[in-house]
Amino acid sequence: MAEQAKAGIIEFPVEEDDLQKAGEKTYVAPPWKLMWWRFRKHKLALFSAAALIVFYFVAIFCEFVAPYDPNQALIQFKQVPPTLIHIRDAEGRFQFPFIYQHRRTMDTETFEITYLEVPSEGSYPIEFFVQGYQYEFMGFWESDLHLFGVPAGADQQGIFLLGTDRLGRDMFSRISYGARLSLSMGMISVFLSLALGVVLGGISGYFGGTIDTIIQRLIEFIRTIPTIPLYMTLSAALPVDWPVERVYFGITLIIAIVGWTYLARVVRGRFLAMREEDFVLAARLSGSSEMRIILRHMVPSFLSYIIAALTLNIPNMILAETGLSFIGLGLRAPAISWGVLLQEATNISSLMLAPWVLTPSFAVVISVLAFNFVGDGLRDAADPYAR
Amino acid sequence: MFRYIIRRLVLMIPTFFLISIVSFVALQLPPGDYLTSYAAQLSSMGETVDQEAIESLRERYGLGEPYYVQYSKWVYGILVRGDWGQSMEWQRPVSQLIWERLGLTLGLAVFSLVISWLIAIPAGVYIATHQYSIPDYLMSAFSFMGIGVPAFLWALIIMYFAQTQLGLNVGGLFSEKFLDAPWSWAKVVDLLRHIWIPCVIIALVNTAGELRTTRANLLDELNKPYVELARAKGLTESKLIWKYPVRIALNPFFSTVGWSLANRISDITLMSVVLSLETTGPMQLRALTSQDMYLAGSFLLLLSVLVVVGTLVSDILLAWVDPRIRLEE
Amino acid sequence: MQDGTLIKVKDLKTYFFLDEGVVRAVDGVDFSILRGQTLGVVGESGCGKSVTARSILRIVPKPGRIVGGEITLHRSVNEKDRLAMTDVVTLTDLDPMSREIRSIRGHEIALVPQEPMASLSMVHTIGDQIMEAILLHQKVGKAEARQKAIEMLDLVGFPQPKQRVESYPYQLSGGLRQRAVIAMALSCHPSLLIADEPTTALDVTTEAQILKLMRSLQEELGMAIMYITHNLGVVAQMTERVIVMYMGKVVEEGDVDTIFHNPKHPYTSALLRSIPRLGMKARDRRRLESIRGTVPDPYSIPKGCPFHPRCSQRIEGVCDEQEPPNIQVEPGHKVRCVLYDSRSSG
Repeated sequence: MAEQAKAGIIEFPVEEDDLQKAGEKTYVAPPWKLMWWRFRKHKLALFSAAALIVFYFVAIFCEFVAPYDPNQALIQFKQVPPTLIHIRDAEGRFQFPFIYQHRRTMDTETFEITYLEVPSEGSYPIEFFVQGYQYEFMGFWESDLHLFGVPAGADQQGIFLLGTDRLGRDMFSRISYGARLSLSMGMISVFLSLALGVVLGGISGYFGGTIDTIIQRLIEFIRTIPTIPLYMTLSAALPVDWPVERVYFGITLIIAIVGWTYLARVVRGRFLAMREEDFVLAARLSGSSEMRIILRHMVPSFLSYIIAALTLNIPNMILAETGLSFIGLGLRAPAISWGVLLQEATNISSLMLAPWVLTPSFAVVISVLAFNFVGDGLRDAADPYAR
Repeated sequence: MFRYIIRRLVLMIPTFFLISIVSFVALQLPPGDYLTSYAAQLSSMGETVDQEAIESLRERYGLGEPYYVQYSKWVYGILVRGDWGQSMEWQRPVSQLIWERLGLTLGLAVFSLVISWLIAIPAGVYIATHQYSIPDYLMSAFSFMGIGVPAFLWALIIMYFAQTQLGLNVGGLFSEKFLDAPWSWAKVVDLLRHIWIPCVIIALVNTAGELRTTRANLLDELNKPYVELARAKGLTESKLIWKYPVRIALNPFFSTVGWSLANRISDITLMSVVLSLETTGPMQLRALTSQDMYLAGSFLLLLSVLVVVGTLVSDILLAWVDPRIRLEE
Repeated sequence: MQDGTLIKVKDLKTYFFLDEGVVRAVDGVDFSILRGQTLGVVGESGCGKSVTARSILRIVPKPGRIVGGEITLHRSVNEKDRLAMTDVVTLTDLDPMSREIRSIRGHEIALVPQEPMASLSMVHTIGDQIMEAILLHQKVGKAEARQKAIEMLDLVGFPQPKQRVESYPYQLSGGLRQRAVIAMALSCHPSLLIADEPTTALDVTTEAQILKLMRSLQEELGMAIMYITHNLGVVAQMTERVIVMYMGKVVEEGDVDTIFHNPKHPYTSALLRSIPRLGMKARDRRRLESIRGTVPDPYSIPKGCPFHPRCSQRIEGVCDEQEPPNIQVEPGHKVRCVLYDSRSSG
């Protein structure tokens, strides 16, 4: 006490700072929570994530979501425009959503064939969880339950939300089935490239030196070759007589061949930045083995970047598969992917009669944009200071 | 600077070598001995098969011999005789078929690159300095359209609308009469009239991404001390922005010219199939589906070579613009 | 006014309007700088000293802006009259992008910022950057500007200025870069040099050299210097008058001797006590003193005197309620503290 008096210090109670307590909450939150909080702020990213969940739901349960067999040609409904859904009847009263009976008529003056609603012939309410055509969910579970449908006979009227193509196949059902192949291929491709990208990128960034230079040159070299011509060449080598599954896997592999370079770059960048960090030095000084340092210390801190990079790479892969299938070098009929569906739109004359065969492009655009927004949001959430 | 260029040129050689190997491997992938199926095809069409001609082809390209022999014969042919192989389907030397198409592909890629830069750089600078304004939001919307909708889809949509609304056929790069005609001023004009739509599509699809990059790069730079000091010296806002941060923010553009070219060539390939353009795309597709291997392989090889040359140009540009790189050599 | 005032800052308020709230970076600051005088501006990080400097130059970055007060520049116009008349320019009235303020920036008032590496453009030579200032404000041709640039480099002690004028910043050491920045600032012979922590990023030896340089240049050129720093040792060496800032306000101002030997404000005393002294004997077992607490969150400044939560002499009921008045303790020495208010009790 005497000493303190000499020094001239006057004791007083330390004040609690409420604000400091609030700040502490941020300090003790685990990284994934921090990331989630930051991600939440991006409304666009959240909305896109919701859209993607819907899309993937459709992809997984496509048989359930689709009202019709995508391969079944309903001849009397060839090139039918999208069915309009009404909620008001002729008297203006609100009804549960329904559709009218349609008939193909020929205009007596112009001789144009049009497909018109004929309310007098009847209306069909839209029902949910209906019985429809038989299918095997995931190849083993038989069912005939569908999300929606109309109580009309196969010959009378159908609910074609996005119209039908020139063979009378329901576009909505086809796009739903297409989601399964297109979206899954993007995911699987990205995971294949993840393995290669993380390993090579990690080695490159962690060890540096010659091996880094070699891997970097390799990456640069791969990216020098224009991707589509390369993919085209490689996929043309896949034998024509291969079954769909093999072709699917082959294409996935091909797309991953270039895709890993993007991930490797991100991983390498992170390793390079982290090598210099003090916490790595501390781990090393305390005697941890290299492997332990990598797995326990470095990986958690760059996980968020990897997830963001993965998400941002998926749209490239979806576009690659769509493009390849579109020109006939990817998946082929009878496999259904959005690219395969779009190929049928290249026939200009039938496109003019039924422009709704272009609707798979909406699916592609929306999923690509959604992945981009979500990826941007994740990247910003991972590190708000990174570009 | 000179030494820098020489070094880059020397480094290109192993790259070319690797590319040729990759192309050769890709050539060999489709199963079957090409010549036998070709002969079978000919005879099934009722044409007489000239055994001697087949044998001389077999000899020339080393078919049936070990791979390294085939490879060396192929490379030798290219380097010494300018012989890129024979297109079985078209029954002509590959070199007769590819150069014009390659030139148009490159022209389209470069032209669209220039247009992209002319738009992306001023626009990017504007929206970085006028954040949250209406043009900023418009540009964002535009970016999304470019990122979300690939070139071949745009081509399809534009083709559809042009056909139905305007009755125009926007396919092809030349009108009927100029297709096989020798080059003349009139042909160039015809080309320009047709090329602007594909050019605009490719330019806009890529500009979208470049716009975002310019904006992001510039935003990073604008808060830095050297910008503030320039302002403190009394420079006008526009002068100091263009002289200092924009200069730095442009570096990534120069360094990614090669990669940007590769991307564009990729986009052009798909778009050309839709619009039936006389670029490499449709012909490469056809060559691949009919296993016309030398034609297909040459495309892959040459397109990659174009990109490598483009990378060299971008390296030189970067060195010219950034003294740190120039003086390090 | 012919009293030698060069800059007069009156009740300056510069606020930053952020999503999270309004930060009152400069909240009612008054001071003057006389011609040829060196004023030290002292305070912790975030007290508003840099924002004050930028307010004078009108380069406060968005989302900040001057919301109140007045800054005047008093030019002496010698040409026409033999009696030196002063032309008063109200800097706060000018549009920050106007030609008038731009002709003052870099010319009559120049800035030497903190980090020399980050303040110079990497892709332009130092010669180019110095010449830019000269060409902007003086009516000379390029060749003459280059000559002047070389002279400036020589003036600031640059070795081999003729050759070095073509070098790029990354080719120079930290000390040389800062000299180049100083050369750039002085190239148009400003009446006021604002030095914002110019030696903080340099090592101690280089710092000593730069300080020596600045002192000699000031003597030679007769310019005023506004020296912003948190390093009290530098203040003692370099300045004549000192203002101490805390949370956007000036809490004490006076001559450098008065401030160091007779500090009145509790914050100033605490700052001075916190300087580690060489030669402190181990057996005294004195702890390194620091000021309790931390600088408050700018979005929730405490009521009353901003320093009261950390003040060892605060008076309950007074210091946390009212803002203290600015009291003149003796001529040329002002304190913003109730302890010196003769009207209050105690």
